[in-house]
Amino acid sequence: MLIAEDEPSIVLSLEFLLQGAGYEVTTARDGTAALRMAESTRPDLIVLDIMLPLLDGFEVCRQIRANALLGHTRILMLTARGHQRAVEKSLTLGADAYMTKPFSTRELVLIINELLSSPAA
Amino acid sequence: MLTGATIVLVSFAYVGLLFAIAYYGDKRADAGRSIIANPYIYVLSLAVYCTSWTFYGSVGRAATSGIGFLPIYLGPTLMAALWWYVMLKIIRISKANRITSIADFIASRYGKSQMLGGLVTIILVIGIVPYISLQLKAISTSFSIILKYPEVVMPDKAGAALFLGDNTFYIAMLLAAFTILFGTRHLDATERHEGLVAAIAFESVVKLLAFIAVGLFVTFGMYNGFGDIFTRAAEVPQLYALLMLGDASGSYTTWASFTFLSMMAIMFLPRQFQVTVVENVNERHLNKAIWLFPLYLFAINIFVLPIALGGLMHFQGGSVDADTFVLTLPIAQQQPILALFVFIGGLSAATGMVIVETIALSTMVCNDLIMPVLLRLKALRLNEKIDLSGLFLAIRRGAIVFILVLGYLYFYFAGEAYALVSIGLISFSAVAQFAPAIIGGIFWKSGTRTGAICGLSAGFLVWLYTLLLPSFAKSGWLPITFLSEGIFGLDLLRPQQLFGLSGLDDISHCLFWSMLANIGCYVGISLLQKPSAAEHSQANLFVDALKQSSTSGSRFWRGIASVDDLVALLGRFLGPKRAREAFTLYARSRGEKTIKALVADADLVHYTESLLAGAIGSASARAMVASVVDEEPLGIDEVMTIIDEASQVLAYSRQLEQKSHELEAATNELRDANHRLQELDRLKDDFISTVTHELRTPLTSIRAFSEILSDNPQLDTGQREKFLGIIIKESERLTRLINQVLDLSKIESGNAEWHSSEIDMREVLDDSVTAVSQLFSEQNIALETSAPSVVPPIVADRDRLMQVMLNLLSNAAKFCERQDGRVIVRLTQEQDALRIDVIDNGIGISPGDQEVIFDKFRQVGDTLTQKPMGSGLGLAITREIISHFGGKLWVTSSPGAGSTFSFTLPLRSGSKFQVPSSRSK
Amino acid sequence: MIRSGVTGQRLAALFLLGCLLFNYPLLSLFTGRGEIFGIPVLYAYVFAAWALFIGLMALAVEKRGD
Repeated sequence: MLIAEDEPSIVLSLEFLLQGAGYEVTTARDGTAALRMAESTRPDLIVLDIMLPLLDGFEVCRQIRANALLGHTRILMLTARGHQRAVEKSLTLGADAYMTKPFSTRELVLIINELLSSPAA
Repeated sequence: MLTGATIVLVSFAYVGLLFAIAYYGDKRADAGRSIIANPYIYVLSLAVYCTSWTFYGSVGRAATSGIGFLPIYLGPTLMAALWWYVMLKIIRISKANRITSIADFIASRYGKSQMLGGLVTIILVIGIVPYISLQLKAISTSFSIILKYPEVVMPDKAGAALFLGDNTFYIAMLLAAFTILFGTRHLDATERHEGLVAAIAFESVVKLLAFIAVGLFVTFGMYNGFGDIFTRAAEVPQLYALLMLGDASGSYTTWASFTFLSMMAIMFLPRQFQVTVVENVNERHLNKAIWLFPLYLFAINIFVLPIALGGLMHFQGGSVDADTFVLTLPIAQQQPILALFVFIGGLSAATGMVIVETIALSTMVCNDLIMPVLLRLKALRLNEKIDLSGLFLAIRRGAIVFILVLGYLYFYFAGEAYALVSIGLISFSAVAQFAPAIIGGIFWKSGTRTGAICGLSAGFLVWLYTLLLPSFAKSGWLPITFLSEGIFGLDLLRPQQLFGLSGLDDISHCLFWSMLANIGCYVGISLLQKPSAAEHSQANLFVDALKQSSTSGSRFWRGIASVDDLVALLGRFLGPKRAREAFTLYARSRGEKTIKALVADADLVHYTESLLAGAIGSASARAMVASVVDEEPLGIDEVMTIIDEASQVLAYSRQLEQKSHELEAATNELRDANHRLQELDRLKDDFISTVTHELRTPLTSIRAFSEILSDNPQLDTGQREKFLGIIIKESERLTRLINQVLDLSKIESGNAEWHSSEIDMREVLDDSVTAVSQLFSEQNIALETSAPSVVPPIVADRDRLMQVMLNLLSNAAKFCERQDGRVIVRLTQEQDALRIDVIDNGIGISPGDQEVIFDKFRQVGDTLTQKPMGSGLGLAITREIISHFGGKLWVTSSPGAGSTFSFTLPLRSGSKFQVPSSRSK
Repeated sequence: MIRSGVTGQRLAALFLLGCLLFNYPLLSLFTGRGEIFGIPVLYAYVFAAWALFIGLMALAVEKRGD
């Protein structure tokens, strides 16, 4: 499981939550690092912030979807802006789910569990 | 040999030829292929100006006064140059209003006045009938002379028996018949006679050729060219005098007044008005006429003096009347063919004039004199008659016969008397009386009906008294003492030295006094009066004739009418069949199939009136139309309003054009404004979106850790402390952000509070550096300051300036090199401002971004995907504060070479912070 | 009719010129004795001026629109 997020305190909270749920977690602080990590660790799921330095979340999402090796990887997009177009864009790019900040921690864990239990598309 | 039978036969053959030409012309006109629709025929028809007075009389006049005959032809030549303005206007007005005579024109101009039409007609009949009799005399004399061929014998001066025993009477009746045949075959709405015009044009060719033939014969046959004639004449002292203009100043006056008279005559003689205006097919023809008609006059005059001199030298002793030289010279030279040709030429000149003049006069006598009276006589019950067109034709024909009989009688009684010989100029003088009313009428709106009536009457009476009556006296019909002693024996009233005026010839004398009276009354009375509504509307139609594309009189009519009444009315004058045809035509032009579908609106009433006007004159037509429709009289105010509206249309359209330009400009501005608004809207969206992001980020952490703390009570104290610390820090960040947003909006909206005082900028600098020293040392950034030892105090809000400094310093720290960061703060004094530079050695800012970084939330990059560093509001707030104090904030930087943020604060000068009220805070 | 303002003005100017040509005092210059090709000066002058005037009018009317 990969967390791609640049805000340190949010990373900290996500790490704590997901590790507590029993997942193995790696983190990336910018877009290129996120891609690199995804390729090397082939995570089952990426929690992907849209506003990442260097390479934004949309681009990361697109490249992951273009990579056959990462076909099984679920993507959960996190957005801080309520933009409807950001939501639509992330879904058309192949994200599996999205959540708007600030999110409910319980809901986040539930969605992640659900995503990982359903078969890959 | 030239026998009487031959002459009569040739004459009749010639008249028959004219008849054939006229018949053919009418046929072609009916078939729609006019033979007169070209400018050359038009010019030739204008040459009806040259009557037998020209053909025979010019030579006679030249024999007594040298070139004194020429002003009669120079005047029209000069006038032709002004036709471009004057005649064109008259033609347009006449066509638009279906004017058929000069009386109609004047009556129509002055409010369709029947009285004016009648007055003009009376003046014309009195002035022109003698002129017609002059033509009869010419025909009669030339006929008698040529009958005596090869002898040259002057006709017997003893009177023949009246009427039936007199050749002249038969000539007059023949002319009447010819005139009736072609002038009044039917009652026409336009009163145009194409066949007649063709015949007149042909006659003009004949008389010109005949005259030139005589001229060539005399000049080159009898003598050896011009030089020979003049040289031989110069040997005779009396003849030589003819070659010079009299040296008395009077002769120049005579010359000038003759020129003026003929200028007026060429336009206002009834026959000239008839051929120039009424018979005009196309106003373009006037263009050619402007120079071709003078050329005709030039050609017909070039041999006048040689013939006169030749005659005087040939017939010495005065046994032969100079008026007959044109004919008697060929006879004396035994040239029968030439003599006959000349006779036919003279016949052409005389008949052409008589026919056209009579038609014009009869139209006026019928429309403006007889019909108005008949229609008023209730006893005749004309109003109830169904079809008046027959009656009309009868009246016209009667009028033609009547005029020619009058002309004959005048000829019979005047005979050789002075009254006949000088009648040409006397007629011209009568006609000149119309000049003020017509020329004033088409160029001057204020001329009124009463003014025109008084002017015409006064001018006519003066003419009567100073010219016509004296000519009667000279003929022995009035006691000659009338001339020498004046009326009632009053010296001052001697008709040809009125009020003692002497030294002028009788024509110039009459011209002066009649014009003085005429113009004086016309202008004076017109200016004293307010015109009526009808006069006003007509004045505008006439004066503005060239401005309006279509002259419509219907604008000035309001009332209720029925189509049936209008058809019936028109039918009474034109005949029911022609009336229905006219209305059907009108209906078709309106896109209706039948007359029944027509609505009797103002246009239809106007159409009816103009058709009627063509037949019975505008004044009578007006009266007739008014009798069948229920009219609402328009007040002068309403007419003025309509006219004002019309003249404003032009101004409006100009304004409209201007407005549309303005509108276009406004549209462009609006489009730009819209663009700006859209841009602002987009900026606002971005702003809100950014603020949202900025608020959500700390909130996310706060919520997440709060939930974690709440869900995990078992957490150890260390973790607990750490998470709580994060929550507190993020809450502070949130608070700071909210404060900044509020701050910025307060400053922008002008609601911020400013506490201004005199401050030392050095202190502010030191305090700010102290405040950030902790932060800088944590990040290992070196901070240096440099400032002069003393700077002048400035007036500003100390806290705000601190805010600016802290902002710039933290900004610098943020973008500084991670290692070896260095920031320099420098204070310097400029001429009237303090300048502060904050210099870092960070990554720098690209030129394109240097301006946008001061915008709210405008950090470098795309706002949708890139995370702003910090709130993004700091620089925006800083700039607002600096500009509030009258200073300037800017950045100089290049990527990789660090940035320098600089701002200035003015030392004095009227900045906002010096306002006392803000000080009191 | 094509109403060219220039033509109208030319004709009006010609009218004024004609008034000058055919009036005192210009006429008085030619009233004395003297001949041109055997033709008295007054007669020659009036007809020459007349022909010139007609020619100028023809020029003004026919040469339009320049």
